[in-house]
Amino acid sequence: MNLPRTFQTAALAILIISILLLALGGYLTPISRIAFSPFISAQTWLASRYMAIRDFMTAPRDVARLTQLNEQLEAEVSRLQAQIIELQQQNSELEVLSALLDFARTHAENEYITAAVIGRDISPFLHYVIINRGSDDGLRRGMPVVSSQGLVGRVAAVTADGARVQLITDPDTAINVRIQPSGAEGLLQGSITGDITIETIPQDAKINNGDLVLTSGLGGNYPPDMLIGQVSGVRQSPVELFQSASVEPVVDFSQLEIVLVIVNFRPVNIGPLIPPPEAP
Amino acid sequence: MAIFLAIPILGLMVIFQSAVFSQVQLLYGTTDLVLIILVAWSVQERVTTAWHWGIIAGIMASLATAVPAYAIIPTYVVVTGIAIYMRRVFWQRPLLAMITAIVLATLLSQVVTVAVLVINGTPIPVIEAFYLITLPSVLLNLLLAVPAYALMGDLANWLYPETIEI
Repeated sequence: MNLPRTFQTAALAILIISILLLALGGYLTPISRIAFSPFISAQTWLASRYMAIRDFMTAPRDVARLTQLNEQLEAEVSRLQAQIIELQQQNSELEVLSALLDFARTHAENEYITAAVIGRDISPFLHYVIINRGSDDGLRRGMPVVSSQGLVGRVAAVTADGARVQLITDPDTAINVRIQPSGAEGLLQGSITGDITIETIPQDAKINNGDLVLTSGLGGNYPPDMLIGQVSGVRQSPVELFQSASVEPVVDFSQLEIVLVIVNFRPVNIGPLIPPPEAP
Repeated sequence: MAIFLAIPILGLMVIFQSAVFSQVQLLYGTTDLVLIILVAWSVQERVTTAWHWGIIAGIMASLATAVPAYAIIPTYVVVTGIAIYMRRVFWQRPLLAMITAIVLATLLSQVVTVAVLVINGTPIPVIEAFYLITLPSVLLNLLLAVPAYALMGDLANWLYPETIEI
């Protein structure tokens, strides 16, 4: 068996090349699978144990870091949520103020003072709101109060820093109104439920749902042509002297936040002009 | 001390009532925080300043309503009297005294308010007002009666500690 060295080398080369060719040809796959399988299994077992041990060693540190990070993120989320709410509120106020500004521009003949609604009458029978402007700001009793939608009411009482506004929904309210397009006039009255109705509309007046209700200016308590609402229902009976109508106000009184007080309007007291009843 | 405390406490109640609770409605009825606190204070056993609280409550409430002050202040004083009377009648059952006093006080204050408004010319349908405002208001006041009684009980115990005779 003393083969020359060159022959041994050549045989070895042929063997390697043959193995490579067999491997490339795919003939050694079953053999390699059997040969490598124990190694792969062993390596898998070892690697999984190593990963488990590494996780065990490093996990507490990660939990602490994650907890800290989570707290930071939660604080950030809370801060951003508060910021969103604040921005939404500012946006809402901006929209209201913008609408009020538009209203003031379209009614340039009036002078306005802006006031915030800060409270409501504590009696459930009455419909008043309290605003944060008073006699120090030039408010006087009887001044009309409006919002960007329409008529809100009028100033009923004034202190130095605040005022009480009687809403048009108050049961004690009585406003002379005109219904458009018919031009019929009537007396608008509030109620304890906040519903408003027009009484004493002449029987021959043509009133339809959707007709506009405006102040007529009669009586001198309110300026004329202030929008109040729309007719939402008409009640007519041939046996009655007048017809009446329900009104849907344009102002949402439950969402009233900012109002405008018309400060250059002075109500007219027509009391002395009304003749006293004659004694029998 | 207890008299001076009435001003900030009842003032705070008026502010809460005007800013928040007057918008929380059941049908058209609302709670009357000032009345509830006044009754809860007056039914406490060792309290000696109930009448003072009644007058202060009346003055405070009259500042935040268009109902005439000559109706509000006497009403709250009478409410105080009702609460004290109930405390004596139900002396072994203070919570029963509180609940009874709340019902009677709410009915009284609302009847007086309606009567004064009607006399002054405000058109108020009495039956409708009773069903839509008075009854829901009584219910809402009753809901707050027990927590108010507990709170004012703590305040009364703090201001009027029980004396033990040895």
